[in-house]
Amino acid sequence: MKQLWLTAKLDIVESLRARWFLIYSLVFGGIVALLFLFGLTESRVLGFIGLSRLLVTYIQLTMAILPIFVLITTVRSVAGDREAGVYEYLLSLPVSLSAWFWGKITGRYLVIFLPVFAAMVGAVVIALVRDIEVPWAMFGYYTALLAAMCACFLGIGMLISSFARSTDMAQGAAFLVWLTLLLFLDLILLGVMIQGKVSPETAVAIALANPLQVFRTAALSLFDPQLIVLGPSAFVILDNFGATGYQAFALAYPAILGLLCASIGYLVFRKGDLP
Amino acid sequence: MIRFDKVSKTFKRARVLDGIDLEIGLSERVALIGSNGAGKTTLIRCLLGEYTHDGSVTIEGQQPRKDRNGVLAKIGFVPQLPPPLKMPVGQLIGFAAGLCDTDPQRILDLAGRLGLDTAPIMDRQFVRLSGGMKQKLLIAIALGREARVLVMDEPAANLDPEARKIFFELLAERAESATMLISSHRLNEVSSLVNRVIELDLGKVVLDDRVADDISLTGLLNCRIVVKRAEPALAKALGSWNFADRGGGLEWHGTVAGPDRLRFLGMTSRYVALISDMSMTEADR
Repeated sequence: MKQLWLTAKLDIVESLRARWFLIYSLVFGGIVALLFLFGLTESRVLGFIGLSRLLVTYIQLTMAILPIFVLITTVRSVAGDREAGVYEYLLSLPVSLSAWFWGKITGRYLVIFLPVFAAMVGAVVIALVRDIEVPWAMFGYYTALLAAMCACFLGIGMLISSFARSTDMAQGAAFLVWLTLLLFLDLILLGVMIQGKVSPETAVAIALANPLQVFRTAALSLFDPQLIVLGPSAFVILDNFGATGYQAFALAYPAILGLLCASIGYLVFRKGDLP
Repeated sequence: MIRFDKVSKTFKRARVLDGIDLEIGLSERVALIGSNGAGKTTLIRCLLGEYTHDGSVTIEGQQPRKDRNGVLAKIGFVPQLPPPLKMPVGQLIGFAAGLCDTDPQRILDLAGRLGLDTAPIMDRQFVRLSGGMKQKLLIAIALGREARVLVMDEPAANLDPEARKIFFELLAERAESATMLISSHRLNEVSSLVNRVIELDLGKVVLDDRVADDISLTGLLNCRIVVKRAEPALAKALGSWNFADRGGGLEWHGTVAGPDRLRFLGMTSRYVALISDMSMTEADR
């Protein structure tokens, strides 16, 4: 455990010094600042106003930015460290491979989750100061959704890093994964379904397997509990899961997917050449 | 102590190590030499458990890959190229000391002996240190614990003469209790440090020879050089070896560490036309 925490601490300190972390924190902090600045809390959509309106917008923007940010920075730093000889030196020290791998994941998880969470906390603090009502249930669920999203894409990033032998390859693969998930979002699936190229069941199954779509639908479910904007596919979700069931699925599935990817990544890392 | 048994390593189709059989005993100081691509780094990485391979590598009967913690706790490693770590010096020392169960103060003391004042650089990123400072710190981390095997890749390459002298003293302190594996492209860089030479070529051992072990790691040579005329370039070069000018740039006196004599002669050979008299005498310590 000591080795794991030493490695996690090491990764945190390395990340805090890296330029990507500064940009990452500024982007999410900046989104919240801009949303307040442009008076989003005073605007109304589908009855949403105040902080809930801001949080809905924030989570939608985060879903667009966070996955690619996490994927690219994770594979860049892990594969980059390996290429630059960091692994050769640090793995010559008596640290077990499991402590190293999971310690790195733990450190990186904190580094990617805390800025997005801090931005949301900042929004809540500003709301409290301005006497705007805080939707605590929504805040809690979105926090859990962000945590699951970070775990999911960090796990995928670590899996890619374990396979790729160079930074270029790792970045290319990360981009490809993100692009594939993006291509199978509801809008494109809807198009394919209309053309009759896939059965509705297949399209819904793909949507449920795509973590990006799962987050999107879960975020919408707080905004629009009947999932009216999803059309008939909402019946599949609501019949099979129920609104609460789907919200639970949206937290558990991506987190398990991330953990599974990370575990496969660990097995690959442990079996192969380290530097 | 260290045993390589039919160790082979292939990258895609390239066979980098080809059935290496070696046995290295306690307190042996081995120079691992060979040109680029000979397999030195790959052999070291197999020893550190960083590469998978055919055959087996054991250190005191333990396998580096299987018993990582136990084996690596016994190995102090100094890489040829310092890793580009962004972490501060203090953090690196804390991390290494924490993993190796050693007192960070021991590493700081060793760095101090090598002439590296760590107090002002504790918060500086490791990657921002000069080449010499990085090398001193990595040596201090490798030697600042109870390592039974020291694996060093061109360890003295970036050190100034004074630091090299101390480095040789530090190695001498470990000579009886540790096995040393020193890798280099050229034998003359490390010949005075070792008592055995292993040369690799295309992944095979092509030479395994014991060498005369007459040079003391802590020995010093008193040296006197007389030149025909004062020459600024020579004065600068001798100044870097801490030589004192005893006559308007014409007569120089200083001491050279025993294992450094070949390197020193290599430096003076560049000015051989200027030198009219030169003597090197072993000093009593």
